[in-house]
Amino acid sequence: MADPTPTAAAPVTWHRRSTHTAARHRTRSLRVRTSAVLVAAIVLAVLVVPLLVPLDRQAVDLTLKLQAPSWAHPFGTDEVGRDLLLRCVYGLRVSLLVGVVAALAAAVIGTAVGALAGALGGWADRAVMRAVDLCSSVPHLLLGIFIVAMFRPGVWPVIISVALTHWLSTARIVRAEILSLRSRPYIDAAVSGGASRGRVALRHLLPGVLPQAGLAAVLMVPHAIWHESALSFLGLGLPAHEASLGIMVNSARSSLLAGDWWPTLFPGLFIIVPTLAIAGLAGAWRERLNPRRRSELML
Amino acid sequence: MARMTARRALLAVPVLLAVTLGVFAIAAASPFDPVRAYAGDAGLTASQQNLDQIRHNLGVDQPLLARWWDWLTGALTGNLGDSATLRAPVSQVIGERIGWSVLLCALAFVLAVAFGTLLGVLAARRRGGLLDRAVTSVAYALEAAPPFWLGLLAVWLFALKLGVLPAGGLTDTGSEVATAGQIARHAVLPALVLAVSQLPWFVLYVRQGVGDALEEDPVRGARARGLRERTVLLRHALRSGLLPVLTLIGSRVPELITGALLVETVFSWPGIAAATVDAATAVDFPLLAALTVLATAAVLAGNLLSDLLYGLADPRVGFDG
Repeated sequence: MADPTPTAAAPVTWHRRSTHTAARHRTRSLRVRTSAVLVAAIVLAVLVVPLLVPLDRQAVDLTLKLQAPSWAHPFGTDEVGRDLLLRCVYGLRVSLLVGVVAALAAAVIGTAVGALAGALGGWADRAVMRAVDLCSSVPHLLLGIFIVAMFRPGVWPVIISVALTHWLSTARIVRAEILSLRSRPYIDAAVSGGASRGRVALRHLLPGVLPQAGLAAVLMVPHAIWHESALSFLGLGLPAHEASLGIMVNSARSSLLAGDWWPTLFPGLFIIVPTLAIAGLAGAWRERLNPRRRSELML
Repeated sequence: MARMTARRALLAVPVLLAVTLGVFAIAAASPFDPVRAYAGDAGLTASQQNLDQIRHNLGVDQPLLARWWDWLTGALTGNLGDSATLRAPVSQVIGERIGWSVLLCALAFVLAVAFGTLLGVLAARRRGGLLDRAVTSVAYALEAAPPFWLGLLAVWLFALKLGVLPAGGLTDTGSEVATAGQIARHAVLPALVLAVSQLPWFVLYVRQGVGDALEEDPVRGARARGLRERTVLLRHALRSGLLPVLTLIGSRVPELITGALLVETVFSWPGIAAATVDAATAVDFPLLAALTVLATAAVLAGNLLSDLLYGLADPRVGFDG
């Protein structure tokens, strides 16, 4: 299908671009709204459902084992007769909790390291960034597996492993932001006004990078969830009684090989949907922070 | 180019040294006791003297730096220690398994590049169109999907429901010899799943590159000269749009390793990634340390490849790095 529209003349190009942008804008705002609704629903579900239906009441009932999805059990039941929808919500609660804590820890480490490197400059900056390069030359999941293997079992090893492997990008972002802030006139004004080094760093530089750091932290949450489920799936993550989504997928393997797909399918969807919703919201935030980098990819 | 390769190889040495030291430091800081693990249940009744003897034999009574140095000098002569779980020297385990991992990753990579380019170009042709939106949405969803989950669903569909492909392993059960045909059949599903897990990145970057190239002057000029749309797309836009993607290919090694760790485990593929997971489960430190260092070397090689490709593709860059 050849496109007959002439694109050589500038006015025509402008016209085409503007309709394009309008259409893109519509889909974008729809995406942001859907993401916001989904995130709200997820947060509400993981906070409220456990109050209404305690997991203890999810007693094992072998007469109901591996029921296909129905009205009574929308996601079906697992290999010991527990309702999968409820277990998915609980699993998401565990995964989200671990993900948020790990992402926060990673963001704090990354901000501290990046801010230190950017504010100090010189050889300290070079040394810190060398260390960051060094850490990023070990594949994340592999380093995570190594740390967890050495410190397991438990929730904290997983959180530490995810945090220690995910601060690198935040450190790079914060350092770059600090370097660009340092050349701004208001910093010069503060310095010539007699502010001490520490005061400039804490009162003038740090607040300027906080939005970027916060954004990095939010974008880190899906990564952390993904990471935690991978570790848990491999049997190296959370202890088995903390039924996270990765553990659910792992324990569903035997029923999957017997032909029952639902105990595998739904926990996976519960990893994908929050990831997309959080990424959609964070994307909108990012466009607000740096509108010029709108066309950049979100991966 | 040779100079740059040599320079980077030299620079890789301190990085690898630091990674090995880090690995030993993490192990030293962990509460895990290799003596207890070695002795097993017998450790509960063994005398302190015996335990000390084991500790001495294993060399773990030495300080961190001494152990690291021993391991390093051993590694230089090809002795990476013995794997406790697989009851074999680590170098032998790696030698036997690395070929299968390379095969799997290479297959998946070729598939991902081929399909990624195809879908990316199709999506970029009309940005904002129906096909573009469908491809982009699926790509984002696949990017979020865990590879192990995709692998399990693929097993369910292709091995259980359709019964067309084997669910895992390298050869049929009960088969003594591994024929090429059997291996090929067993490699299809793992390679496809690994490729699909890498695909979104390629699709989105090719789409971005080609889409941007389509709005640039050379393409406008080509259209103005009345060239066919296909020529414009494939000869002009794809060529300049693919360039940044090609140069980033080397930096995909960490993601490939991450994917292989999960996919090899799901499909019981006898590669080193699956061995890594086994080693971690059994806290087999010598094997785990060697594999971590190996993966780091692979990542560094990938980065070098990236920079070399960049220099080759764009003569303005040069090989200074």
